[in-house]
Amino acid sequence: MSPDYYLYLSAVLFTIGALGVLIRRNAIVVFMCVELMLNAVNLSLVTFSRIDGNLDGQVIAFFVMVVAAAEVVVGLAILMTVFRTRRSASVDDANLLKY
Amino acid sequence: MSSAILAAGSAPTHEAVVFWILAPVAVIGALGLVFARSAVHAAVLLALVMLSLAAFYTAEAAPFLAVVQVVVYTGAVLMLFLFVLMLVGVDSSDSLVETLRGQRVAGTLIALGFAVLLIVALAGTLDSFHAHGLADAQGEKGNVVAIAELLFSRYVFAFEATSALLITAGLGAMVLAHRERTAPRRTQRERMLERVERGGAALAPLPGPGVYADHDAVDTPALLPDGSIAVNSVPEYLEISDARPHADAVGRELESPT
Repeated sequence: MSPDYYLYLSAVLFTIGALGVLIRRNAIVVFMCVELMLNAVNLSLVTFSRIDGNLDGQVIAFFVMVVAAAEVVVGLAILMTVFRTRRSASVDDANLLKY
Repeated sequence: MSSAILAAGSAPTHEAVVFWILAPVAVIGALGLVFARSAVHAAVLLALVMLSLAAFYTAEAAPFLAVVQVVVYTGAVLMLFLFVLMLVGVDSSDSLVETLRGQRVAGTLIALGFAVLLIVALAGTLDSFHAHGLADAQGEKGNVVAIAELLFSRYVFAFEATSALLITAGLGAMVLAHRERTAPRRTQRERMLERVERGGAALAPLPGPGVYADHDAVDTPALLPDGSIAVNSVPEYLEISDARPHADAVGRELESPT
């Protein structure tokens, strides 16, 4: 099977993740959509590694996973802090820095 | 992991079957993630997408990444999401009020345009590619050993830097989640004394639910000595059950001998 299809799938998943980031309000769901985008890019990295015939793509996908895990930890802690002060997980309510 | 899966190129039909079954599952799961009302449903659908991606990694000769995907993403990251959902409140669903007018329509249009852009660009460039496969790169060693050799030689500095990153992230999470105690902690004795001084509230435990010959559920109210219902014998979150006629009969029986 041609690996092209994986790249198309990766593009579709990335777009769906971006759509979620654009239209959802709940900060936790927005965060999950960011994770979906990272996963889509990982899929394309693994596919490129196979097309290219060397393993660097897989190593980079591994690093992306590590960084994503760290990002989730800090991001969710920030969400919890915002929720504690604003009593809401909506991205529209965290607007104190707006003006 | 058998060499047949590692080679992957040798079993193209198997791979096509796996792909054409799991790719729609992944896309539908991702769409469900975006359009699910409840955040918990979204998390479960994201788990589905991540598991199907793990299956794709196995089909693409990356068994190590498939295992890491299941352990790190589906195991750790998603469980963290679910924990935070439980802390924040499961019922915190999206508000339907649009603060920016036309944001949904504009977002959908932008996403569609982006998808068309990506797919056209891919279709234009992919003709020149042909897959080499990983057989040369990993040789006889297998995927895990080959990745380990890369990770601890060419990428060893980046690998060490991630340890600093992880420690920083852990410290950051602790600092952000920590709440400074501004007042001294009130003991149980102090709270009880305060409650007695304030008066009004019941000092003894609340009465238990009624226990009758044919009803002893928690929503069956207990009866007071005069035959009326003890409202606080039923938890406030439950509706008082309709065992009333029966309760009335018991009340009359209790009253009649006097």
